[in-house]
Amino acid sequence: MKISYYPGCTLKTKAKNLERSALACFDVLGIDYEELPRWNCCGAVYSLADDDLLHIIAPVRDLIRVKERGHDTVMTLCSMCYNTLARANELMKNDEKKRYTINTFMDEEPDYAGEVKVVHFLDYLRDVIGWDKLREQIKVPLNDLKVAPYYGCTLLRPREVALDHPDNPTIMQTFLETLGTTVVNFPSATVCCGSYQVLGNPDAALKVSHGILNDAVKHGAEALALACPLCDYNLGFRQDAILNNFPDAREIPVYYFTQLLAVALGTDPAVSHFELNRAGSVQLLKSKKFISGTAS
Amino acid sequence: MSTTEVAVKTEIEAKLIPIYIMGKKYEVPETLTIMKAIEYAGYKYIRGCGCRGGVCGACSTVYRKPGDYKIHVGLACQTVVEPEMYLTQIPFYPAIRSTYDFTRLSGQAEEIFEIYPELFRCVACNACTKVCPMDVQVMDYIAALKQGDIKKAAELSFDCIQCGLCASRCMGELPQYHIAQLARRLNGAHLTPPAEHLKTMVANIEASRFNDGLTKLKAMDTETLKKTYQEREMEPATAGEDWTPKDNQYL
Amino acid sequence: MPLEIIKFSSDEKYKKKVMEISGQNFHKCYQCGTCSGSCPMAEHLTILPRRVMALLQLGVKEELDKSNTPWTCASCHTCMVRCPRGIDIAKVMEALRLIRLRQNINQIEPSNLTKKEIVGLPQIAMVSGFRKLTS
Repeated sequence: MKISYYPGCTLKTKAKNLERSALACFDVLGIDYEELPRWNCCGAVYSLADDDLLHIIAPVRDLIRVKERGHDTVMTLCSMCYNTLARANELMKNDEKKRYTINTFMDEEPDYAGEVKVVHFLDYLRDVIGWDKLREQIKVPLNDLKVAPYYGCTLLRPREVALDHPDNPTIMQTFLETLGTTVVNFPSATVCCGSYQVLGNPDAALKVSHGILNDAVKHGAEALALACPLCDYNLGFRQDAILNNFPDAREIPVYYFTQLLAVALGTDPAVSHFELNRAGSVQLLKSKKFISGTAS
Repeated sequence: MSTTEVAVKTEIEAKLIPIYIMGKKYEVPETLTIMKAIEYAGYKYIRGCGCRGGVCGACSTVYRKPGDYKIHVGLACQTVVEPEMYLTQIPFYPAIRSTYDFTRLSGQAEEIFEIYPELFRCVACNACTKVCPMDVQVMDYIAALKQGDIKKAAELSFDCIQCGLCASRCMGELPQYHIAQLARRLNGAHLTPPAEHLKTMVANIEASRFNDGLTKLKAMDTETLKKTYQEREMEPATAGEDWTPKDNQYL
Repeated sequence: MPLEIIKFSSDEKYKKKVMEISGQNFHKCYQCGTCSGSCPMAEHLTILPRRVMALLQLGVKEELDKSNTPWTCASCHTCMVRCPRGIDIAKVMEALRLIRLRQNINQIEPSNLTKKEIVGLPQIAMVSGFRKLTS
């Protein structure tokens, strides 16, 4: 049955490498999807105030769009979008009073009561496709690639929308093992990268990000796999600043989990848009002979 | 019957209805537009009147009706009065219009993000779309811009007349209509293919292709010029795309 | 170490407001310090979350007003999933932020972002940052 795909704003620009690689995987895995023809920004962060429903309007609108298409599931790729949509959905399902207020406020929209299921590509792989089925599709096993799985916050917290155990998750490890990589477990896998504090307190965010990367390197990782464009910004894009500010910092490639999947499924490396990753990222994959020399 | 007689007669026959202009009650003919009714009530427009033709965005009006919580909007020059409506005209609403050197822009989404970072304060409350007198999908074009899709935003905002009502209702304090204008400018300058026939025509003009004709026209006295103009061969309204005049010496 | 004894009166109105906005009862906190120990931003905070809870219980508004804690919190929810008393501390931090932001006071100014920063920043950074730090 066809499902809706909700991209999220960043996936259309900075995180094109996340979207394009994922869509290529959808095709290989035979996922029947349709990008929502009309959607708005989810708001990135779920409102944490009990008396503020206005910031929940945006994700609910998107869920209404899914319902309008006649689909029962919406697939997300960005962790922040996943979290915001999933939490808004829980609220609409479970809080009768707030649901009434929100539905009444949006008098131009049909009523919504949490009928749609919000999934992330990672739990879709686990729960719908299954690791064994996925393993059968692997054409280029990423053997000997030492990857640290980085979860960040929004896939795991709060519990009501967590893809896995918030403090002891395994979903990304199992995913990476299925691709054939050597998984490097490290304590900072679920530590926040600093998130939006890159605007409020950029120095603090930089130090936290440095701690995460350093931890991964110390445990022997050659690369980091993640799912969130803001994590990618703090841990990937800002790595130059980290290298300049901390003498003990070492450079480490950062990939979206979908890029590694796309390579393992044998898709054309062009779909993964490695030009948007750090320069060393594509070199590492070439040196391991996972992709041929011509891809940039 | 002359046209003046018709107008006078209609005005006499029209029923008077009560409307409230800025809280004060007036009896006005039910056939008038809000703008005419305001003038009928004795107000005189010095500014905030605009084109009277529904395209300039100067006379946006907000009104409510008894027993209806909804905010209604319309252009004063286009909207006919309704009984018991209470209204005010909002000819201008302050919104920051950033200054930028357009020649240095190249059509990247980040250029809009830099000039109007408040774009990201949109909460998708949709008050903008609901208040737009031109039925522009304001929230949707803001959503498109957040996604970096300038072309989509330019197309969605095409009917905007810059009245500013969207900005007046905005939760995130965005100047939507100025952002959309920048999007349309970037779309026109950088994201739309340049018109090839225009390029050819400019080259023709620069190569003095039409000089003979122009010299002839300039030498004519007023009477001959008028006669030439009136006797010119006009393109019929039903002409196809390949129509050319019989005398094509200047083409 | 000499102890400083300060005189204060509990700001009950402030406490009530924080409870209303957050929907959380910070009096449930028994000061175990799991939140402070879990906080990734701990070293950058002027007051650690455990102490924020204590100050809230006592209603010491002026100390909390001076603190950078709600403005350095990244809403990562680690404290929340680990709190043995089930307090959603992230929501308490949001309430502390909102009390200030709702007075129309910005913590950061979007227009001060440089072109270089904006060219690099993903949209979700600006959306989330403006939501948490602008009024």
